[in-house]
Amino acid sequence: MHARELSDSAPSRVVVVWCPDWPVMAAATAAGASLFDPIATVSSGLVVACSVAARAEGVRRGMRLRDAMARCGGLVVHHEDPVRAGGLFEPVVAAVAELLAAVEVVRPGVIVAPASGPARYVGGEDQLAERLIDQLDAHTGVSAQIGVADGFFAAMVAARRGVIVPPGQSAEFLAPLDIRELHHLDAGAGEHAELLDVLWRLGLRTLGAFTTVPERDIASRFGAEGARVHRAARGEERRALSRRRPAPELTVSQTLDPPVDRVDTAGFVARRIAGRLQALLVSHGVSCLRMGIHARTANDENLVRVWRCVQPVSTVAVADQVRWQLEGWLCGGGGMPPPTAGVVELRLEPIDVVEAGRLQLDLVTATDADGRDRAGRALVHVQGLLGFDAVCTPVIDGGRGPVERARLVVWGEQRHRRRAPGAPWPGRLPPLSPVVIPSPSPQGRVVDMTGASVVVSRRCEINAAPHLVQVEGWPPMPVLAWSRPWPVDERWWATDGAVRCARLQVVVDRGPTTGCGTAECPDQLALLVACTGGRWRVEGIYG
Amino acid sequence: MRDATASQRLASLGEVSTAGELAAAREDPATGRVLPVRADIADMLPLGGLSRGSTVAVHGSVALVMALLAEATARGAWAAVVGAPDWGFVAAAELGVALERLAVIPAPGEHLASVIAALIDGMDLVVVGNPEALDASRVRRVMARARQRGTVLLSHGAWPKVDLELRYLSGRWHGMGAGHGYLRRRDMVVEVRGRGAAARSRRVRVVLPTLDPVPAPIPDAAGSGGARGARA
Repeated sequence: MHARELSDSAPSRVVVVWCPDWPVMAAATAAGASLFDPIATVSSGLVVACSVAARAEGVRRGMRLRDAMARCGGLVVHHEDPVRAGGLFEPVVAAVAELLAAVEVVRPGVIVAPASGPARYVGGEDQLAERLIDQLDAHTGVSAQIGVADGFFAAMVAARRGVIVPPGQSAEFLAPLDIRELHHLDAGAGEHAELLDVLWRLGLRTLGAFTTVPERDIASRFGAEGARVHRAARGEERRALSRRRPAPELTVSQTLDPPVDRVDTAGFVARRIAGRLQALLVSHGVSCLRMGIHARTANDENLVRVWRCVQPVSTVAVADQVRWQLEGWLCGGGGMPPPTAGVVELRLEPIDVVEAGRLQLDLVTATDADGRDRAGRALVHVQGLLGFDAVCTPVIDGGRGPVERARLVVWGEQRHRRRAPGAPWPGRLPPLSPVVIPSPSPQGRVVDMTGASVVVSRRCEINAAPHLVQVEGWPPMPVLAWSRPWPVDERWWATDGAVRCARLQVVVDRGPTTGCGTAECPDQLALLVACTGGRWRVEGIYG
Repeated sequence: MRDATASQRLASLGEVSTAGELAAAREDPATGRVLPVRADIADMLPLGGLSRGSTVAVHGSVALVMALLAEATARGAWAAVVGAPDWGFVAAAELGVALERLAVIPAPGEHLASVIAALIDGMDLVVVGNPEALDASRVRRVMARARQRGTVLLSHGAWPKVDLELRYLSGRWHGMGAGHGYLRRRDMVVEVRGRGAAARSRRVRVVLPTLDPVPAPIPDAAGSGGARGARA
């Protein structure tokens, strides 16, 4: 370990353990399903990951759920849940950690560790790979692919192919491969999407072609980030840019009182401590490549796990990692029993600390991230005042009426959509939506000239011209114009939650306004009214 | 001025982004003194945008409040809405508000003043939906803090001592007849009253909301145009 640190110029041997389709594996494990069934995890109506059996039937990532179902009749669908994927990964990490020292989790499904020491110990890299596969199969029943190469990126690519690249040959191994392999360089997907897009359009289709461009030119066009990607593509990636011992003042710890023993409180704790770590790193002008997550339970059990940080380090990413880790510990499972008591102290310890400038992205994104962090801190402050659930953010779903289309999700939770907004919704209202949705809806009447209630028939026809809208507490309002009724016949198959109503846009006269003074500008109000069985209510107010 | 037209010409090339535009993007809205607003309501405002640190009261139209948030949030600014539990956010999205940068605190309760103060620290725009729940001394403190941090306070309802007041006077809807059509647009008359030089009220006609496409803002108009106005 020390010898390798000293000879920093030589790229280190790295082993990557990759569990293919981890989200699907996690979903199947949670549901107790067999991995040989066709399974897919879905988010916003799109397939995020699928099992081998599903892939054999033609299901692919990014496919619409409907198309996937059409290709594979027996497809079992689960919702994408990163928390579940993170929590269930902990037993896998524990099993790997028995064989490898200094294990780092890149994301749920991917583990990286230095290879040379353990390989010498078991008698070679091939033997190490076999032992790892064996170990995982025996302890967790998870099948994994192992890759060993010089540097993380080459090892990651090797793991996706299940090969071991001999020392010094990473560049040759990478050269003929598609440039889009660079998607695997960092933890999440899509960090380098823009760079890759430009390279692709420039006609640089393989990693080899990319590396023929001098690093200097790449650095001058794409900055330090581009240079880092270029080094990775050449197989000359260094473990760290310039490592410094972590200063003890960068460690953040938090005493938890009452102890955290439930998964739902873990999320809140994670956000708070991640925000503090981020603020501390920023104030020291540094960034960290890896961090250790330490937890101490009431019975003095010490739990430690090292995670590789997504670059650039953001509060949200760190909070997610802390949350996944806490959930992994709290849920136990696999070979690991859950701790005997709640967690009373949580500590985040940055491990490889580098000057922030070395990792900074271009300035525009940096100010963007700045604003996000500033806003995030303010909102965490408000959550502290009012409670976690008091701060929300709106998400637009699919649906017909204004009430079901907008939903408030708690700030910091996933903004995923329940129903695709793009899907056809027969009877959906046209796209000027009411700006105010009174809750509860004021009850009232819509009457014709004779004073009788207007009703909408089952065939969605209106029986008389609306003349007045009468709402409790409002003056009666003469109707100036009205639309055709939109039928809403949702869930007619269900006996309980069936909604049967018709909606109508009406424009009513509010009379000449006092502010305007003259009769030339009468004031009009537009309302969305809904009729259920002859009773009317105001569902929305326009403008 | 020559620079401005040159950069407009460059920007019209699509893929090309000029250094000036990058600088504008960085300065605006993160540090620019004026937050941009939609092109169709920019003429209504004395500075062509929302001056940072100012307080603006809007009377009678939620759509107008939403429209004021649209351009700034779409360009990366952060906004929060406090004490407006009945907003229709589908309409907000239609008016151009970037919902992923909008935080909503529907029920601040008795902590309203502290919540607003906390939000001013991190947000570029803070909308107060129930300003009547604040007493005068709290209002003064909140305004001072907003001025200090450069946050725009948007009050939906009466607010003492505002920098700009927009009052909905009347509206006329189009697109619907007797049992046919649907709401397409509204012409409304808004009274604008400022402070100091803009103290004389004037009436402005605005089309809001509308199904017709809103004219795209000229890249240069909201940023440097606003800054020019701020210096004047």
